[in-house]
Amino acid sequence: MKDYEEYFRTNRLPHIWCPGCGNGIVMKSIAKAIAKLDLDQDKTVIVSGIGCSSRASGYMDFDTLHTAHGRAIPFATGVKLANPELNVIVITGDGDCTAIGGNHFIHGARRNIDLTVVLFNNNIYGMTGGQASPLTPTSKKATTAPYGVVDRPFDPCQLAQAAGATYIARGTAFHAAQLPDLIAKGIQNKGFSLIEAITPCPISYGRRNKLGDSPAMLKLMSESAVPLTAYGKLAPEQQEGKFPIGVLHESHFGEYSKEYSHVIERAEGGQK
Amino acid sequence: MSQPKLMQGNEACALGALAAGVRFFGGYPITPSTEIAEQLAEQLPKVGGTFIQMEDEIASMAVILGASLAGKKVLTATSGPGFSLKQELIGYAAIAEIPCVIANVQRVGPSTGQPTSPAQGDVMQARWGTHGDHPMIALSPWTVRESFDVAVKAVNYAERFRTPVIILLDEVVGHMREKVVLPADNEIEIYSRRQPTKSREEGYQPFTPEADLVPNPADFGTGYRIHVTGLVHDDTGFPSGSPKITEQCIKRLHEKIDCVKDEITHYDEFFMEDAEIAVVTYGGTARTAYAAVEEARAQGKKVGMIRLMTIWPFADKVIKQAAAKCKALLVPEMNYGQLVMEIERAAAGQTKVVSMPKYNTEIFTPNEISGAIDQLLSEVAK
Amino acid sequence: MSKLIIRTNRCKGCNVCVTFCPKKVLALDTLGKIYAVDEASCIQCGQCELRCPDFAIRVAPKEAK
Ligand SMILES: Cc1ncc(C[n+]2csc(CCOP(=O)(O)OP(=O)(O)O)c2C)c(N)n1
Ligand code: SF4
Ligand code: SF4
Ligand code: SF4
Repeated sequence: MKDYEEYFRTNRLPHIWCPGCGNGIVMKSIAKAIAKLDLDQDKTVIVSGIGCSSRASGYMDFDTLHTAHGRAIPFATGVKLANPELNVIVITGDGDCTAIGGNHFIHGARRNIDLTVVLFNNNIYGMTGGQASPLTPTSKKATTAPYGVVDRPFDPCQLAQAAGATYIARGTAFHAAQLPDLIAKGIQNKGFSLIEAITPCPISYGRRNKLGDSPAMLKLMSESAVPLTAYGKLAPEQQEGKFPIGVLHESHFGEYSKEYSHVIERAEGGQK
Repeated sequence: MSQPKLMQGNEACALGALAAGVRFFGGYPITPSTEIAEQLAEQLPKVGGTFIQMEDEIASMAVILGASLAGKKVLTATSGPGFSLKQELIGYAAIAEIPCVIANVQRVGPSTGQPTSPAQGDVMQARWGTHGDHPMIALSPWTVRESFDVAVKAVNYAERFRTPVIILLDEVVGHMREKVVLPADNEIEIYSRRQPTKSREEGYQPFTPEADLVPNPADFGTGYRIHVTGLVHDDTGFPSGSPKITEQCIKRLHEKIDCVKDEITHYDEFFMEDAEIAVVTYGGTARTAYAAVEEARAQGKKVGMIRLMTIWPFADKVIKQAAAKCKALLVPEMNYGQLVMEIERAAAGQTKVVSMPKYNTEIFTPNEISGAIDQLLSEVAK
Repeated sequence: MSKLIIRTNRCKGCNVCVTFCPKKVLALDTLGKIYAVDEASCIQCGQCELRCPDFAIRVAPKEAK
């Protein structure tokens, strides 16, 4: 198995992320997943949006595409459909994926196109300095919610499931040993896969919400994340403040680029 | 040569793109451009190509850019509101140098405006719709057959200069049916995208410009592992905050188009040898203008016409020459007066430039233009 | 042979590895960079490398006995 650093553009390190930012942990997990599956480095494309997390594409030694805010999934859809032999991995932030890119996210899932979407969920807009995202929990503070967020966050995993994703998993930066496996399974799934990776943003989220430094935020993750089966056994009041991790959903449905290849066969053969 | 066939401008545009090698289309339905999508949904898979209907125009633009980077020649088509939505990613294509063609069949705006009515109101948006400094190529056909030819040119230019190219149709040309004879495949000149000539080991950098100032970023999946970003970047493709690199990056984008400006400026001149006044026109309006000018000539009036196919970059030289010899230029357009501003700029006070705007959903009649010609002739005779 | 490989230039002093090291092997120096205070106690469990966000600390492969 190749070492994960072989998948980095090490000449571009150290990266731009703040001390203790979890993005590096999640990026490393993606590289480990790729190493584990021994994907062809020349046939794997990383597509990201805009945000701190989306800067990860620049540090990964593949064909990499740093797109526009919210648009990673439709760019990735084009790459995959144009050349279905490529493995396409999407890196996106919570705002990128579920606010400005929300429509693309559900439509990618609906099409079940073979993309592996790794959602770096830090519950905030990191890059722009801490504004509320659709995944900021109710009553948590943000620069644009100085009195606390009024509305409810999405559960991106449930959202993806309702929209038709065929593999959904959640992990955390604390559970960094498990995360590569969750991502690897997503890459293996021939269809739309979502891996929600919960990750600390100590600077733009933790500080404002008095969650402590990065180690403290990671500890909090270790306490609130519960493996899916154990989580299911908890009474509703025990589930308060906790969330399930692991593989949350798997299903089968025709993958878009495969299905479209049948359209091509029929059309080339003059059939409808 | 193939048999004459009755078809719409939109259909000819789709077939032209196909003939030029477009193998990927992403779009979202909108009148009056939808026939382009419908045509390609049918035709593309027959030649192993891909059609996809996306969730909106932003996604349509994104999906073609992804496909282009993976090596396909790509097209999207839209109208008014959809063209507005595409603007951010048209800028992305400009700075990241991703070949792509956008067909915009213009309708009356702003906003939903008059959805099925013709207009030429997106001329300036085609140039300046996205933010920041960037060059633009926009071509506007005036016949059904030329919709085919313009599509071929657009695809070739997009690939050759690695830039977005806009086909500015209008509802008149897009929906008009004419009998056309399309060129045979061997009569069509096709530009194939350049591939890298060096390996990574030999020092290949994806955004190092060649002699023509156009770089050769490798298609994804070919082993070069390049990085593509919408941030200002240096030759390596990676972002740079340096003022020098920023200046170089933006300057080269402009210069790669500036240096071929004459070559890609396409226009027709009619009756210009001894013209006292000239009608400067483009797109569907040029058809009516031609009828009026032809009639004026039949009556012995010294009227000429310049029909611009290339809207951007703007045909400064052509207009400057016309301004030097004509006593007035008449500019009918289906908008509040847009390209006339460029014509005034290029004429630089050498002659009188008269705007003839129309924006009430109705196309010009030959009589209207004849009337304007006569009035102008009498004014310059004084 | 040292048990740990530290790339000081990459370390941003976040304290993550220090916090999760079960043997209290690691500490930050006055410049806020990581160093091993007690490398002898290191059991090469990999916890530090696992969560270092900056790829600044690696556990050396265990020597064959
Ligand atoms: C169209 C557009 N709107 C807004 C922005 C500004 N912007 C840049 S990143 C960002 C939010 C990023 O937050 P998230 O996606 O959660 O990623 P993070 O930085 O937290 O990793 C915003 C709003 C932009 N670049 N483009
Ligand atoms: S602002 Fe937050 S997400 Fe962005 S680099 Fe800093 S810690 Fe990471
Ligand atoms: S390998 Fe384990 S024991 Fe050794 S320094 Fe790292 S965390 Fe501490
Ligand atoms: S976790 Fe990494 S970056 Fe943070 S203090 Fe330790 S070695 Fe330095």
